[in-house]
Amino acid sequence: MWLGFGFNLIKIFYVSADVLRVLSATDSEPVVLFCCGAVRFLDSLLASPQQPIEDVLTEDEIIRWSTIIKAEHQLVILFSTEQRGEHCLYVQRFNPNTLMKHRFETEPGFSAPINFSATCRGSNIHLLYLYLNGSVYESVLPFRSSSTGAEVVQALSRSLCLSLPLGEEKLMSGAAVVLDEAHVAVVGFPHPSAGACKDYLCIWNTHFQTLQACKEMAGRIYSQLWCYSGKLYVPHGKMLSVIPFDCQKSSLAAAMGKQKCALVLSFVTYDVFFLLFLQNIKSALTVDQLIQHIKTSAVEDVQAEVGEFIRRTPQADLQLAAGRVALELVSRSQTDANFYPQCAFLLLLETRYLCYSVCPELLSLAMVKKDFHLCQIAFQIFSDIPEAVTCACLKTILSTPDLEMETVNLDTDSVIFMKELTRAQSRSDEEGGQLNGFCPPALESDVSDTPSNKLQRDPLALDTSCPVGLHKGALLNEVLQTAYSDRSLLPHLKDLTVPQVIVFLQYLRFLYFKYSHDAHKQIRALRTPSISQIIDWVCLLLDAHFTVLAVAPEAKRLVFDLHKFVRSQVKLYAELGKIEGSLQVLKNSKQSEDFGMYAIHVIELF
Amino acid sequence: MMSTDLRSAMGEFKVHRVRFFDYMPSGIRALAFNQDTERMAVARMDGSVEVFHCSDRFFQEKIIPGREQFGIEGLSWVGERLFSAGLNGGITEYDLTNQKVKYTIDAYGGPIWTIAGNQQGTHLAVGCEDGTVKLFEVNEDNIQFERNLDRQKSRIVSLSWHPSGSKIAAGMMDMIQVFNVETGHSMHRMLADRGVGTSRSKECVVWSVVYLSDGTIITGDSVGMVKLWDDQTGTLIKSHNVTKCDVLALSVSQNEDSLVAGTSEGIVVQFQFVSMVLGKDDKEWVRTRTFRNHTHDIRAVAEITTAVVSGGMDAQLVVRPLLDKIEERSAASALRKIHFPHRRLVACARKSGLMLFQYPGHLELWRLGESEGKGIPGSSLFVKRNPEKLLHLKVKGEDHIRCSAVSPCGEWIVYSTASTLRLYRLHCDNNNISITKISKLPKVLSSANQLCFSSDSSHLFSASAQSSVHLVSISQSGCKFVGTLKPKSGSHQAIHLLAASEDGKWVASANSDHEVHIYNLQTRKAHCTVPIYSSAVTAMGIHPATNCLFMMHADQQMFEYSIEQKQYTDWSRTVQRKGLHRLWVERDTPCLNVMFNPQNPSHVILHDMYMLCIIDQSLPLPDDKTQFYNQLTLKSLTEEQRKSHSHAFKVCKTFKDILCVELMPDQSLVVVERPLEDIATQLPAPIKQKKFAT
Repeated sequence: MWLGFGFNLIKIFYVSADVLRVLSATDSEPVVLFCCGAVRFLDSLLASPQQPIEDVLTEDEIIRWSTIIKAEHQLVILFSTEQRGEHCLYVQRFNPNTLMKHRFETEPGFSAPINFSATCRGSNIHLLYLYLNGSVYESVLPFRSSSTGAEVVQALSRSLCLSLPLGEEKLMSGAAVVLDEAHVAVVGFPHPSAGACKDYLCIWNTHFQTLQACKEMAGRIYSQLWCYSGKLYVPHGKMLSVIPFDCQKSSLAAAMGKQKCALVLSFVTYDVFFLLFLQNIKSALTVDQLIQHIKTSAVEDVQAEVGEFIRRTPQADLQLAAGRVALELVSRSQTDANFYPQCAFLLLLETRYLCYSVCPELLSLAMVKKDFHLCQIAFQIFSDIPEAVTCACLKTILSTPDLEMETVNLDTDSVIFMKELTRAQSRSDEEGGQLNGFCPPALESDVSDTPSNKLQRDPLALDTSCPVGLHKGALLNEVLQTAYSDRSLLPHLKDLTVPQVIVFLQYLRFLYFKYSHDAHKQIRALRTPSISQIIDWVCLLLDAHFTVLAVAPEAKRLVFDLHKFVRSQVKLYAELGKIEGSLQVLKNSKQSEDFGMYAIHVIELF
Repeated sequence: MMSTDLRSAMGEFKVHRVRFFDYMPSGIRALAFNQDTERMAVARMDGSVEVFHCSDRFFQEKIIPGREQFGIEGLSWVGERLFSAGLNGGITEYDLTNQKVKYTIDAYGGPIWTIAGNQQGTHLAVGCEDGTVKLFEVNEDNIQFERNLDRQKSRIVSLSWHPSGSKIAAGMMDMIQVFNVETGHSMHRMLADRGVGTSRSKECVVWSVVYLSDGTIITGDSVGMVKLWDDQTGTLIKSHNVTKCDVLALSVSQNEDSLVAGTSEGIVVQFQFVSMVLGKDDKEWVRTRTFRNHTHDIRAVAEITTAVVSGGMDAQLVVRPLLDKIEERSAASALRKIHFPHRRLVACARKSGLMLFQYPGHLELWRLGESEGKGIPGSSLFVKRNPEKLLHLKVKGEDHIRCSAVSPCGEWIVYSTASTLRLYRLHCDNNNISITKISKLPKVLSSANQLCFSSDSSHLFSASAQSSVHLVSISQSGCKFVGTLKPKSGSHQAIHLLAASEDGKWVASANSDHEVHIYNLQTRKAHCTVPIYSSAVTAMGIHPATNCLFMMHADQQMFEYSIEQKQYTDWSRTVQRKGLHRLWVERDTPCLNVMFNPQNPSHVILHDMYMLCIIDQSLPLPDDKTQFYNQLTLKSLTEEQRKSHSHAFKVCKTFKDILCVELMPDQSLVVVERPLEDIATQLPAPIKQKKFAT
């Protein structure tokens, strides 16, 4: 027992029973919990160490879990016990000292709650506990006990607040932590849609039973989870991730994902810094040491070492070293098929000291490994990707099936943008697509085009469902935003196959139509392709494949639509030009400055 | 023509907006800066020379009119004396006190391309068409040919003395020669490269040369290069390609750490002598800044202490301050463009609605038009009768007009050149206009620096040498000398402003030493002298009711001086005590006329190039927290609210590029505008114009 802050003051007290834990809440006196279930304030115990400690629990009753809660200057100690398969909860209150015992109702097959989380809300304690069958129960205990000394042990009233999905694997452990009244963070249980072997941190909304956010954690999760002052602490693999979170007011719209930016957690914008706590590295490695390690060590070790290296190396040195490290990692990855330190690559990219020229092989490696997440980040960060490589990436992206793509973890922001973009369409469809009673004029003054078609098709209101999946769209958006020069890009664009060109053109057309409807302006995203980038790519694609597109029957509709749309735009701009002209005339006539050589005016000075 | 529709509202004016005065400023050919007196001399294409006071808001202190066929190619100060030389082959010295040519002597070397005085003030060198550099000794009251330096095969285009006075660098066709002044022999010959390609066949003209005290020679040539040469070895040290066309002018700062080059593209490029490594002494000339303020060729540049001054074919004098040399933001730190002369070129015969326009070589007399009906403020009235040009009077002889005047009654017209003064009487019966020249003028009226009629048109005031004013009575029978008004003491600088009082009792004169003398016309004696203020008088007028003299100065300060009490008025003291509004003081063109409104004795009307202002002396003065330009605000307020928001300065910015404003007796204003766009369209096309993608 340490008392005070100095190391010089050491005193050993002997007490008359086995101490289990010393519990302390902020700004309050520490409390000592004995193995026998008795409770004493630390001060009073130190004042008379040899005082008799009564036995509260029966002989073979063992305390499994304990916590202390403080609210309204009132301390409450909770602890759960196990005795021959029966689990009980004890609630120790002070002033007056009361001890309540509750019995946990047993689940068939799963006798014991595996994890507890207690919070204080209002004048009640909310105790959340998790069973291995995925049930999360909540019990509400009053802060101040009303019944004094009711000796009958009652079953703890509880309500099921969440039923976690179970994977095929048999679960051994798990943890849940209450974030706020509507949100629970869970580890150890599988993500409902991801594969079983992945370890995820999931945020569930207990009000609506929905998965609000999730994050895959590299390495195994140890079924441990803490929440402290707005941050979640998750140990996994050889790392501890500290994730700041921000719970927003929960609503059904948010829970159903209908409302934008109501997501509880947005991992993108938060720093996730990795603390190496399992591996005890005494001092930072030098670049050369690190490179030697990279050549031989296991992936996990390399990733940890790279993380540590980046964290410890001064910025100026890092700038020089990042390229070497990346080169070494890439060259090992190329020779060793099992070696692919994605985390390390991401960390290196995050330093922003890498560019394409420093490590040209990185992007192609990522493409070979189909690591689209890395590709996306590289596209965002590298400004010097050669047109040939851009085209190769484009080809890979276009040729990867959407299904495979959707499982890839991508930059959330870009995916949100795509989600919103596709949603904007459905929303506007619901609204009937017309505002203020505006009816787009049937533009076909040239009826000769479709003489028999009675149902006039308005090119502005084409069927504009997104031709590619969200993730593919997000990646294509990154490609659209890369720098290129027309002349160098054009020959490489010719490498695309006709179906790829058609899909890409369809996607560009989709984007262009969306932009023309101003849908994107309502979407707040960090990186979005600009309309001129879209138009440039359309022009380039048409340039590169015009002859093929002209004869390909499946492209006819597409080219025709594009042509029509452009023509309608040209008409619109011509009309706008006329309006501008007449406005200019109005402005000029108002000025009427040009009065020739002589005029007689009247002015007034005040 | 005076329609007598007097406006009831006191701030409402009928304005004759006149744009038919086709004044064309002449292009700037040469600049010369005098560091000691802080004066900038400017030579224009029409042969006129102007002197600007650099530390008095660039006020145009002196104007020496040019003459036909008198092209100036170079200007040079020797001490406080100013010399010019031109293609007529003569060297001219100017009498700056009386603002005229002192003498011209022929150099006998054909057209002179350049003139340069040494720093010691002992010699002038001119570069001639025949390939000679001629040295002239500067004597007390003239210059004398001393000798030729070794004659060269091609013309001498530019010259520069080494600060020691022992060497001269001369720029020629395709080469630069360095002469030893002592022996007259050439020490080095450096060849300037011709351009590449088609311009290979064209000679490279070394337009400008600068000789630094460390022996560096800097040249600007027609290939567009600024080159640095070593005069010890005669070798090229470094060359900077500044432009694709010509580098026409160079100028180095006094302490030789900065150089400016003007090109025919209209840009000025600055080079600075800076150390390449911080803290080391290895200095190099590095191109630093580029200024684009001209539309046409820059023919002359000069670096003064805190600014770069440039001028060229677009006829504007541009003062571009070097902000690194200015310690605080002030009126001196703003870019200044001088378009119009700081003199009045328009005279109005107030009682007869006539306007006299002064061009360099002729005068035009116009009658104002007439309107019909009334209009609300902001509207234009129907012009019942168009303005009419009555007279086009060509000047006899080659000299350009220095000053002119029309009498208030419109019967008399007078003008003066450097050599003659002519007085005409105008006969106007219905549509027949005729003039007769008055012969047998008194001898004192041989030439005038400034002319002015008395308000009853019975007398003519003629400002003459030694700051004196001759008084001449004029009548149908003839012209009679009455007397000369002389200041009791003071300088002999030429008078540039005259103002006569409405009651015929007083006349005031202002000269370029900032002296304002007031004479009593009854006794014909000097009455008093206004305390001398540090800034030049730009306009003045005597109040018809109070006989107070109202003066505007180049630094935008204003003074009101009671002639009868010989002291500043209370209002003037209040203005000085409270200070003028910051925005008023920061205006960059001088006020050129002071007028009074007989209907509103508290009103003083002023104008500069950009605005017209009525100062209501009965209203409170604005302080720096007050909104100064408040006309739009006042317009939106009710009559009652206006009272609390009004201040003394009522500024009207409706008009721009104003040459003259005059208040007519019927309360209408004449505003003569000369839009700069109109001037720009009449300028000759630039030699080199930046075209897209060239």
